[in-house]
Amino acid sequence: MELQFIFSQFLSGLTTAIFLFLIASGLSLVFGVLRVLNFAHGTFYMLGAYIAWQVVHWLSPSKEAFWPAALLAAGAIAVLGLLVERLMFRYLYDKEELYQLLFTYALVLILGDAAKIVWGTEQLSVTRPPVLEGSLRVMGTLIPEYNLFVMILGSAIAVGFWVILTRTGVGRMIRAAAMDREMLGALGANVGWLYTGVFVVSSFLAGLSGALVTPIKAIVPGMDVEIIVEAFIVVVIGGLGSFWGTFLGALIYGQVLSFGILIFPRFSIFSVFALMAVILIVRPWGLLGRPLR
Amino acid sequence: MAALLQVENLHTAYGLSKVLFGISAEIDAGECVVLLGRNGVGKSTTIKSIMGLLTPAQGRVVWKGQDITGWAPHRIARAGIGFVPEDRRVFPELSVWENLDIAARAARRPGHWTMDAVYDLFPQLASMRNRMGGYLSGGEQQMLTIARTLMGNPELLLLDEPSEGLAPLVVDMLLEKIGELKRGGLTILLAEQGLEFSLALADRVYVLEKGTVRHSGPSRELREDRALADRLLAL
Ligand SMILES: Nc1ncnc2c1ncn2[C@@H]1O[C@H](COP(=O)(O)OP(=O)(O)OP(=O)(O)O)[C@@H](O)[C@H]1O
Ligand SMILES: [Mg+2]
Repeated sequence: MELQFIFSQFLSGLTTAIFLFLIASGLSLVFGVLRVLNFAHGTFYMLGAYIAWQVVHWLSPSKEAFWPAALLAAGAIAVLGLLVERLMFRYLYDKEELYQLLFTYALVLILGDAAKIVWGTEQLSVTRPPVLEGSLRVMGTLIPEYNLFVMILGSAIAVGFWVILTRTGVGRMIRAAAMDREMLGALGANVGWLYTGVFVVSSFLAGLSGALVTPIKAIVPGMDVEIIVEAFIVVVIGGLGSFWGTFLGALIYGQVLSFGILIFPRFSIFSVFALMAVILIVRPWGLLGRPLR
Repeated sequence: MAALLQVENLHTAYGLSKVLFGISAEIDAGECVVLLGRNGVGKSTTIKSIMGLLTPAQGRVVWKGQDITGWAPHRIARAGIGFVPEDRRVFPELSVWENLDIAARAARRPGHWTMDAVYDLFPQLASMRNRMGGYLSGGEQQMLTIARTLMGNPELLLLDEPSEGLAPLVVDMLLEKIGELKRGGLTILLAEQGLEFSLALADRVYVLEKGTVRHSGPSRELREDRALADRLLAL
């Protein structure tokens, strides 16, 4: 294998990784703080993609429709997250995990069918925004400018996320809520709204990722389940509830998928499942996670 | 004048198992009142019912003339009641100063108690401000949990068994510090099993037994009549 080829596989893995991180980090944060595993997180991502397509469609033939569409999609999903948390999710926190899973799974089915009713089952697509239509040549490899943009934006979000969690008052409160919700409330914090905030941010990120993926991947029914499975694998590898674990998990997933294609061309996902199985056996709580109490 | 805090006829249960059977008590501003009683008589349950962490089936909690029964704990904290839990519950993966910082942010009650002021009270904490809460010794955690609650500038401090499981030297130090808080004018409701610790601080005492108040009166009575004290705590 020549270096150039390896480099291009590496970049393609990196793009996958950044998207997975944006999605899995929200899933992981909601689990770490709210203690609910939200199956519908992938559905929020899919709806973000559909809404972005819809707005682009409305604004066509404007060429710059993509940017407002992406922001609107993320905003709309944030509002959806707000409603879901305030009106429904909050009643789940003290229920058993089984009920939580059933509820979020019901959301997946309902919202998935609603999307089919509104947008049909045909695959839809969005073109790259004109400013990022070109490609750059790096080390002899052509990289689409759009992918480069996603990598930079995604990395910036990851860094911002980490800075907020570790260096700000809100971040400290969120970490404290993950450790002992009741105690934080008894100190005077309105933990209910803190939970809402966390859920809304995580929904926003899911919606944004859905919108950002549209120029790269076709929008199809079923992309919700596909992405949630991938996000689960990422957090299982990295450790559910761990920020850096999620980051590492996404990087590993992206690269294993990208290079796995070379080994099992028709079953590239197999290498990822194999990796997950190994990790589940030797370190069930993930690379950077910790055993659940 | 009405008391700062009035607890009227509290009945609290955990599911079907009833624990409090009509606890009534009053605390005036500036007083140190002790809920004295042995293991499992309902001291913590009373304190948690005041704090809104448990909802009484019957009875009222009245704070400065306002009925706060059924309020969420964060509202009660912001109204000026500070809670120090018996199991300490410092945030293990936050550093000492982070524990203090979020408490100030949570309560949103500026006042005398700032980071510097609590470090003055507990100099030992100042020297380990960057250490994680989970790596502190029991005594250090107890100091941190008291300091943390002070960051919310409470008018009433609910202190649940601060001496539990600590070495005698540490207990003496805490006694000293709590006495200092009391002399500073803070109103304190203390839950305790130990007679000596209680009598060293208390103005008045409620002796609890199986979820009821068995005896109440000035602590002087128990100080002077040890036979009475022994009898009250014997069961
Ligand atoms: N979460 C709970 N569920 C059921 N019963 C409980 C619970 N917590 C306490 N109890 C019971 O309620 C009774 C009173 O408990 P409480 O914790 O109020 O006692 P306490 O006076 O604080 O005792 P200690 O000195 O051991 O702290 C005990 O019999 C205890 O077993
Ligand atoms: Mg107790």
